[in-house]
Amino acid sequence: MQQSSKAKGIYLIYPLMLFLIVFFVYPLFLGLIRSFFDPHFTLIHYIHFFKVPIYVLVIINTFKIATTVTVFCLLLGYPFAYLLSSVSPKMSNRLMIIVLIPFWVSLLVRTYAWMVLLGREGVINSILIGLGLTTSPIKLIYNAIGVNIGMVHILLPYMILNLYSVMKGIDRNLLKASENLGANRLQTFFRVFFPLSLPGVAGGCLFVFIMAIGFFITPALLGGTRDIMISQLIESHVTTLLNWGFAFCASFILLAITLLILLIYNRFLGLDKLWGGV
Amino acid sequence: MKIENVKGRKKDIWTTVLYIVCGLIAFFLMLPVFIVIPMSFSSATFLQFPPPGLSLQWYQRYFFDSAWTRPTWISLQVATATMLFSTLLGVLASFPLVRHKFKFKSPVNTFIVSPIIIPVIVISVVLYGLFSKMGFVGTRLGLVLGHSLLAIPFVVITMSAALKGFDVSLEKAAMSLGASRLQTFFKITFPLIQPGIISGALFAFIISFDEIVISMFICGLSSVTLPVKMWEGIRLEINPVIAAVSTMLISLSVILLSLVEYLRSRAEKIRGSS
Repeated sequence: MQQSSKAKGIYLIYPLMLFLIVFFVYPLFLGLIRSFFDPHFTLIHYIHFFKVPIYVLVIINTFKIATTVTVFCLLLGYPFAYLLSSVSPKMSNRLMIIVLIPFWVSLLVRTYAWMVLLGREGVINSILIGLGLTTSPIKLIYNAIGVNIGMVHILLPYMILNLYSVMKGIDRNLLKASENLGANRLQTFFRVFFPLSLPGVAGGCLFVFIMAIGFFITPALLGGTRDIMISQLIESHVTTLLNWGFAFCASFILLAITLLILLIYNRFLGLDKLWGGV
Repeated sequence: MKIENVKGRKKDIWTTVLYIVCGLIAFFLMLPVFIVIPMSFSSATFLQFPPPGLSLQWYQRYFFDSAWTRPTWISLQVATATMLFSTLLGVLASFPLVRHKFKFKSPVNTFIVSPIIIPVIVISVVLYGLFSKMGFVGTRLGLVLGHSLLAIPFVVITMSAALKGFDVSLEKAAMSLGASRLQTFFKITFPLIQPGIISGALFAFIISFDEIVISMFICGLSSVTLPVKMWEGIRLEINPVIAAVSTMLISLSVILLSLVEYLRSRAEKIRGSS
């Protein structure tokens, strides 16, 4: 009985594989080819990408924003995940709602909400002026500040969920043992809990960083002309400049960076942990 | 609270600091979601805080303007089709992924979830390249195929979790008592994995309904979806109609999330009692 189900069952995966090959692998392959042919073989797009100063600035800016966002997500996510993992399961389910609601609200809605909050006549400036803390509005939007705030807000739930999944698996008896042996709470935290939570830190930072380098909507709406990220560069080359070859080339550079980071991570930490070994 | 048992007898200064910091983080997480709601009921003609009075004018504008209702209708159609298509493919694939051992299982897993890891702009641009040749740009079919790429990984992850907790001996028992394979599936397997299927389907629906980047490229002029319409609106002016639409989208997300949570807790109860 079991034997026959094994032989038959595998076919169930074929429709999905066929779909992914036709609408995922094939278009990627087609795009890769077209980034090298225009219409004859050329490396001109790739040479441009690394030589034109503006494009180099865009890469640097993308990495700068992704790094800042990852650091702030970790700083804000760590204490929250720590609290989630140390309260009772009932309490942690309740607190989890605070993480899950923003997680499932549309990215566009959340970005729009930050425009409402941070704008020149936005909520924050209205309050500051109303309280007399400032006389003219502070520029919080259409610059790097706006992009960073918006992106940290959108990616923070991913960081918290990654950290929490590792922290809840840490054996609390180890902490008790440490305290019984005379360590104070800070020592216990830094010498026992923190090292054990490092896989979550690595997983969360990797996830947030990879998501951040590909961001498009949030920098497009909250950023200024100086805060352009790679995705925006790609979009403008497709929709306004109609320079397909370059857009494909930039796409594959972005894809290569993403895969490279994943490979490094896999080499040292193992990717299968990331999605709970599906 | 349990935190005291774990950490020691008395609450010390660090616990208080932790509570305050986490309170601020919670405020930061929820602030944008809740600021939009009062703004959508504003009687002002532009976004103004605090709203000078209450009114439903922006909801009225939304419901009586075909420039908003048409994209909503398209989004609903596309999200429903995406939900059906990706649930079908995802549920089928999750059986061998969980139950069978085969070569390259781990890379196949990674491959299936990879559309949500690689930047969505990359998927959008290459799909746009393919679809413009196939004549799929501006069609609902193109949108459904594109959205399914992002929705299927969530269906597979949700279903795999449901199947992992499934006791295979129940199926064996049914079959040894004389049930056919089909009977076993519909009488035993399906009722037990049903919460997983529904959760996966709800995820697929909301992912498609909120999807923006792929849609921007694929929708053309004839199949503008609700998020794309919002995007265009936001770029022109920060109009309070968008606050009204946002409030409705937030409500939809909260309702679907509650449904998923309800299904999850019910599934846990069923499993706990059996």
